[in-house]
Amino acid sequence: MAANHFLLEIGVEEMPARFVEGAVKQLKEKTETWLEEQRLSYSAVHMFSTPRRLALRVEDLADYQEDMVEEARGPAKKIALTDEGDWSKAALGFARGQQVDAGDLYFKEVKGTEYVFVEKEHKGQSTTELLQEMKTIITSLAFPKNMRWGSHELRFVRPIQWLVALYGEAVIPFTITGHTAGNVSHGHRFLGNAVTIHKPETYEQQLKEEYVIVDAAERTELIRSQIEEIEAENSWHIPIDQGLLAEVNQLVEYPTALHGSFDESYLNIPREVLVTSMKEHQRYFPVENDEGSLLSYFITVRNGNAEHLDQVRKGNEKVLRARLADAQFFYDEDQKLSPDEAVEKLNHVIYQENLGTVGEKVMRVEAVSTRLAEYLQLDSTKGQNIKRAAHISKFDLVTLMVDEFTELQGIMGKEYALLAGENTAVAEAVAEHYKPKAAGDSLPENIEGAVISVVDKMDTIISSFGVGMVPTGSQDPHGLRRQAASIVQTINGHRLPLTIQQLIVLVMDEIKERSLLQREEADVLKDLEDFFVQRVRQKLLDEGIRHDIADAVLLHLGERIDVVTEKAGFIQSRAEEADFKETVEALSRVTNIAKNTDSGSDIQTELFQAEEERELYEKSKTLNQQLDDRLDQADVAGAYQSLQAVTPAINAYFDHVMVMAEDEQVKQNRLQQMTLLSKEIERFARFRSIVFSS
Amino acid sequence: MAMNIQEMILTLQNYWASQNCIIMQAYDVEKGAGTMNPMTFLRSIGPEPWNAAYVEPSRRPGDGRYGENPNRLYQHHQFQVVMKPSPDNIQELYLKSLEAIGIDPLAHDIRFVEDNWEAPTLSAWGLGWEVWIDGMEITQFTYFQHVGGMDAHPVTAEITYGIERLASYIQDKENVFDLEWVQGVSYGDMFLQAEYEHSKYSFEIADKELLLNQFAASEKEAERAIDEKLVLPAYDHVLKCSHLFNLLDARGAISVTERTGYIARVRNLARKCGKAYYEEREKLGFPLQKQEAMNYGS
Repeated sequence: MAANHFLLEIGVEEMPARFVEGAVKQLKEKTETWLEEQRLSYSAVHMFSTPRRLALRVEDLADYQEDMVEEARGPAKKIALTDEGDWSKAALGFARGQQVDAGDLYFKEVKGTEYVFVEKEHKGQSTTELLQEMKTIITSLAFPKNMRWGSHELRFVRPIQWLVALYGEAVIPFTITGHTAGNVSHGHRFLGNAVTIHKPETYEQQLKEEYVIVDAAERTELIRSQIEEIEAENSWHIPIDQGLLAEVNQLVEYPTALHGSFDESYLNIPREVLVTSMKEHQRYFPVENDEGSLLSYFITVRNGNAEHLDQVRKGNEKVLRARLADAQFFYDEDQKLSPDEAVEKLNHVIYQENLGTVGEKVMRVEAVSTRLAEYLQLDSTKGQNIKRAAHISKFDLVTLMVDEFTELQGIMGKEYALLAGENTAVAEAVAEHYKPKAAGDSLPENIEGAVISVVDKMDTIISSFGVGMVPTGSQDPHGLRRQAASIVQTINGHRLPLTIQQLIVLVMDEIKERSLLQREEADVLKDLEDFFVQRVRQKLLDEGIRHDIADAVLLHLGERIDVVTEKAGFIQSRAEEADFKETVEALSRVTNIAKNTDSGSDIQTELFQAEEERELYEKSKTLNQQLDDRLDQADVAGAYQSLQAVTPAINAYFDHVMVMAEDEQVKQNRLQQMTLLSKEIERFARFRSIVFSS
Repeated sequence: MAMNIQEMILTLQNYWASQNCIIMQAYDVEKGAGTMNPMTFLRSIGPEPWNAAYVEPSRRPGDGRYGENPNRLYQHHQFQVVMKPSPDNIQELYLKSLEAIGIDPLAHDIRFVEDNWEAPTLSAWGLGWEVWIDGMEITQFTYFQHVGGMDAHPVTAEITYGIERLASYIQDKENVFDLEWVQGVSYGDMFLQAEYEHSKYSFEIADKELLLNQFAASEKEAERAIDEKLVLPAYDHVLKCSHLFNLLDARGAISVTERTGYIARVRNLARKCGKAYYEEREKLGFPLQKQEAMNYGS
């Protein structure tokens, strides 16, 4: 069977850089799946991307589908044959339907019954015909944001400008939004021209001649080496931020890195401001010296060649100059406002509709944080720091700098707090109480920041829930799930002796006192319980804990997360061990027979008939005390040993005692004994949720 | 010789006229952006084709700086182009317009950087880019997806050039007031006094009570006009509301709690106007859909 390469290129108006990587992955997966479904053999799929094109090349794509032999099943043998042993009407009808001679029918046994079968050969279709289907693959690509244009119905990332579909040297002509696929691609917007692609394998080279480097990895390396060259030439240090590099790479088709400079006097502005101006707003790489201090230079990557670089440099310097002049102005002005004056202004900043002002939120956070500090028995210095830091935690929101660079909230708070003479712990807590901002972000480092962080976030969650803003499905406009996950991470990371339940109560009391609940408290609490159980569960799963084990250990929010986490880890590490299984089996004998509800009556020892009952009773009492001690000290292994120590007594009990005794009183007494012991066992885990492999 | 502002405007007008755009005049009600001109906002609703270009003085009371800031203005100028349905080669047409005003793309770094546009008071949003030249944003380029509470189809492409930004680039000036409007007359000569007076008025002098009453009156009048199916007069009052709100906001007369409420009130009126406009055009049989009407003058 012959094979050719196949080239597909979708030319578009500039795609958002952040969408390209996902689109490339999606196009590759969809194409590979389709090729496999179509039984088309190939050796590899190579992907290409620039801001203006998504492309792929399928290497060594067979020119025909593989032939396929398919077996079709007809009626059972006893129906297919007449009494005389001839083909029945049913069999003949089947053959006709399959367009074969009755002579081709044969019998085969399936699950003990013989049936009529026939083999049908499907001749492979030609690849040229099948490739028309690429149209469906292209139009099915999904982007985070899609648009329409002109009078077309299709929604796509940006308007399609041209299509190339070339199998060997043959064009595959399908049409999307008025563009018919051909063999003409387009070079760089300004430096290149339209170009007829001779065959798929000359694609990269031909586009390169038109000033487009279609291989995204090659472009990245080129940018990197150009930056390194500038770095070496000037003896600078230029940290290459991977995220920025990836973004810049999808903003250019033909990169040329160049450097520009700004007035040294701007270096007095805090580093984060300069870096944000350069990176976030202008996509520049900041330049440092060997000690890591910023220098008054920047690197930009132009989409074009090395001609007229002076002009480009001059323009970029002018833009940055205007931005830094603004930043300098903000920095000077902001320092005229003391943190306390700024806090006062927060009373005029709306927090959220129905939820009052930021000033009110800060008051709640301050009150609860102070209470939490006492509850955690932190020393008085820390307590005072927490009170002060909570009080000024949001003051920077009314500064000009944060108004302009919202991403610097907290960071500017710290800078300005230090300038205003606040102590370091307070200033740091102002910056850190926003952490962790995203999955993988670091936790607040000091305890002051951690306390305010969990209170602030819990206040956000409960106040939102209180007015009915509860995330559902994909709807979570205020990112409450993220906030909850941050609380879980922070409590756990700092090993705060605090349960989610306790934090909810502390914050809820304050919110109730301020009459912010617009729903029944019980309903809000129920929603909070479901919401947080899901978050803790997710945390366990993210850490590699099995679903069944997460379910087993996660019963309520009244237990410390670090203990829950440790239990889960402990169980997972033992789950495959034989003696663990034996222990669980023994414990499950109790929990399986136990009633769901405790009757409330005491165990009447005088009703005991067997020695094993008394023995188990004694052991249970010891277990209760040991679990109290050990779980309280987060001694998970110890608590498990205590459970394990009861198993011989359990097994002996079941070997000699019938729980379902004839005497009703005895029976109820035994059931109650099982129920109480079961409750003890499930303080550790709901063992029956655990699934054993065989 | 770099073009002065007047030459730039004339060149852009001629260029877009040659692309079949009707050259309109700015609309005679105060507004914050060229998009709010009914020639953009209302014309982008419904199936009728529409190509137009015009200069729009855009007032943003909160951005006033008494003429003291080199980049921020109470009133700036936008050169606005709208084409519906958006032509396939609209980006190319735009880039050629830059060449027409003397920007050689080979000598610069021109980029289309993702920027999505949203106007809450108009219940409108679109996708597109800001166009950068050597790192400076000179144009907002948007494909309208939703206007006046309705999906936009066919889609209007809107190109908004920031005239002062572009001129400061072309003329290589750091301060907007140093720009040359025509030879011998600077931007400052023409607008410095207005910048100072309007800033002082917006921030210090405007009569809050009067403006609040005017807002309420215009809101009521807009509703009344819509009930009478008089869309364009109603829309004039929506524009007045929008400007009055901006003035009140600059004057510090609107508390933060009230702010979202005001925006919602304007949005509500804009949606009603959008819907009523569609219905009235439909009653008229969407006149511009006629074949001959599409070949404006050509």
